[in-house]
Amino acid sequence: MKKITPAPVAQKDIEKEESMILQKKMIGDHFKRLCTAKEAGKKVVYTFVPGNINELIWALDMLPVHPEINALQSAMRKKSGDYVMEAEKHGHSEDVCTYVKCDIGMLKKGNIGPTGEKLPEPDLLLLSYTGCFTFMKWFELLKQEYKCPVVMLQVPYQANGKIEPKMTDYVVRQLKEKVIPALEQVAGKKLDMNRLSALLESSARAEEDLVAVWDSAKNRPSPIDAYFGGVYYVGPIFSAFRGLPECEEYYKLLRAEVEYRVRHKLGPVTPEGVMKEEKYRIVVEGPPNWTSFREFWKMFYDEGAVVVGASYTKVGGYYDRGFRHDPEKPLESLANYCLGCYTNHNLSSRIDILEKHIKDYDADGFVINSIKSCNSFSAGQLMMMRELEERTGKPGGFIESDLVDPRYFSAANIKNRLESYFQMIEAKRQAAA
Amino acid sequence: MTAKKIIEDCEDLYNDLDFTSVKTWKEKTGGKAIGYLPVYVPREIIHAAGMLPVGIMGGGPNLEIIKGDAYFQSYICHIPRSTIELGLLNKLDCMEGFLFPAICDVIRNLSGMWQILFPEKYVRYLDLPQNFDKEIGGEFYRHEMEQLLHDLEELSGNKVTPEKLNRSIGLYNKNRQVIDKLYAMRVAQPHLVLTSDLYLLLRAGNVMDVEDHTRLLEGYMAEVVKEDRKKFDNIRVIVSGAFCEQPPLALIKGLEASGCYIVEDDWVLGARFLQKDVPITADPLEALSDAYLNDSVSTSSKYEDEKEKGKYLVDQVKMLNAGGVIFCAPSFCDPALLERPMLTAALEREKIPHTSFKYAENTGQFSMFREQTGTFADSIKLWGEA
Repeated sequence: MKKITPAPVAQKDIEKEESMILQKKMIGDHFKRLCTAKEAGKKVVYTFVPGNINELIWALDMLPVHPEINALQSAMRKKSGDYVMEAEKHGHSEDVCTYVKCDIGMLKKGNIGPTGEKLPEPDLLLLSYTGCFTFMKWFELLKQEYKCPVVMLQVPYQANGKIEPKMTDYVVRQLKEKVIPALEQVAGKKLDMNRLSALLESSARAEEDLVAVWDSAKNRPSPIDAYFGGVYYVGPIFSAFRGLPECEEYYKLLRAEVEYRVRHKLGPVTPEGVMKEEKYRIVVEGPPNWTSFREFWKMFYDEGAVVVGASYTKVGGYYDRGFRHDPEKPLESLANYCLGCYTNHNLSSRIDILEKHIKDYDADGFVINSIKSCNSFSAGQLMMMRELEERTGKPGGFIESDLVDPRYFSAANIKNRLESYFQMIEAKRQAAA
Repeated sequence: MTAKKIIEDCEDLYNDLDFTSVKTWKEKTGGKAIGYLPVYVPREIIHAAGMLPVGIMGGGPNLEIIKGDAYFQSYICHIPRSTIELGLLNKLDCMEGFLFPAICDVIRNLSGMWQILFPEKYVRYLDLPQNFDKEIGGEFYRHEMEQLLHDLEELSGNKVTPEKLNRSIGLYNKNRQVIDKLYAMRVAQPHLVLTSDLYLLLRAGNVMDVEDHTRLLEGYMAEVVKEDRKKFDNIRVIVSGAFCEQPPLALIKGLEASGCYIVEDDWVLGARFLQKDVPITADPLEALSDAYLNDSVSTSSKYEDEKEKGKYLVDQVKMLNAGGVIFCAPSFCDPALLERPMLTAALEREKIPHTSFKYAENTGQFSMFREQTGTFADSIKLWGEA
């Protein structure tokens, strides 16, 4: 792997950090591979971000597609509103997950992916049923459209706040007896366990660097925004690339850039440049809104608020407490990775995680972005807020939006609430002083 | 006792949010009670531990929600907020434990809220398998049931032997057989076995000992045939989507009044979840597991891999000579509403009429539902399709 030396980041060209350019290229290359997959004889596996087992897919030389990523990319390109309404025209309720409806709408309108090219149809739907009931229905729906095989990987819920051996056994058994045979059948080859282990070894190295990036938010000023910037940082590892050399390269580069910013006491990079003053350090629970992502972010950085910890960036893998993929125990570690994803934790554990974030990152408070169409995250968040306020003594803010349905992003309401929330922190500070 | 009186008693139980019958049972037996949320839990295990399984189906139309709304956003279904309300009003204090089966993210997260809000209670999330291989999903489910059995033994102080569990299995088999007979009776004579009667009878089973409930059902069936009930020119329909949060009783009555004979439904589905008798064997947990894997109903909280989506509904329509399907689902119910497009597609392939609406358990206005289903019924009568 080539040696990476981060270039000093000048104020004027901060939007062009090397890691961002690299990620953009990785994503672009992946979509190109997907668009030519059929001609190249490559098999395509659709699967979900939480509990994804990309290493297995790559070990069998197949290409992963993550429908949530397509949906959020569509939202950022302002296309999701039409897709959601298209799905509703086909009988989907206005009440349900907009990721699903965006995906179904995109499919009904020709399955044109974020890069403007048609996405290949799946050869297999790998249903990693981790932390979200809707995933199950989503692929049942896609099965009606594609008529390709589906293989289910059920990941038990951590209802008692821990991974019990029977849970790991259940997942491993499904991997061995259901998932791997299904993948092998589609791939037309047997799984090489040595190759899988090598991919997992690479995953672990990338995970190590990612955790160092999260840890950097303990600095003042924080060199990263762990939510708005964080969703970019998790891009490669949550989507198609975990286990690949370019993923490792990305995280080495990102870590180096972040360490550079720490040394130079630089704040996070926002779309409008390096944040100059860190006035509020905030922890955020819940996914972001994607349709007005920049506008949403601006509401924070305009107020000098930086997000130092976030739960959403743990949804596709929770590495903060030391879990790493283990090449020595490939299937067990894949199982425990799936079991450990954020929304697979019970409410108490989620509160623990957020409390630890607030303390570790010395946050002034926390904001919950409650997503209308995501019950997995949202059900229980009002109670989580009360518990967190009690435990930490820090103020909580509560806002509501949606993932990819632009009808549910009310900018004025959210801005008002956030401004009031930041004023409350300010008032508390002054009272304490 | 007349059929009318039996139903009046059942309606009293339905309206009793203080769970008086549970308290009476406890006083009489000295046993403990375990509440469970929809859809299905293996009640046989609770019963075998000498405890009373109590079906909790929210607060229904008669509970004013004050505290519960502070726990849930407006876009989350109603049943968790009314269940929390009941808990915070101490209405559920008569139950020592609570089971939350894996049916959706809301009920799942409610289990975590319960752990925090009621730490003195036994709380268990029952993770049901979505893999239906005996050696994989079956083994996982067996572990789940073994843990449940162990916990309930500790909580009750009663050892659950295979003999005791088999006895309970036998009692629940009998109960399901009688419920099946009641459903068959309604299919044959829907003017006689009113759906509102049937519904209240099933709801009574949530808060009664299983043997008493079986006797109650048998008593009703023996008495209702003596009634002289007028036969209307109604359309036979199937109602689908109401397996968790329940429609208000007035809505069910309104559907019937709008010109529909309901010949199949999925409310209080847990009582009919297993479709065959669970065999009495030396390994009753295995028998319960096999029954879940192989002989349980098709419903949207279960993953369906091999089965053709919606086939069960099409088969029901044909077998029961129904004229159409009414999708009647709670607002914001992910399982029901995500399933609906697949079911409607299956019906449309067979040119089976359908209509759909959403409700909440405390919906108070019924005229629009009556108009919709009345029009649906009329259109089938007139043209054979909606």
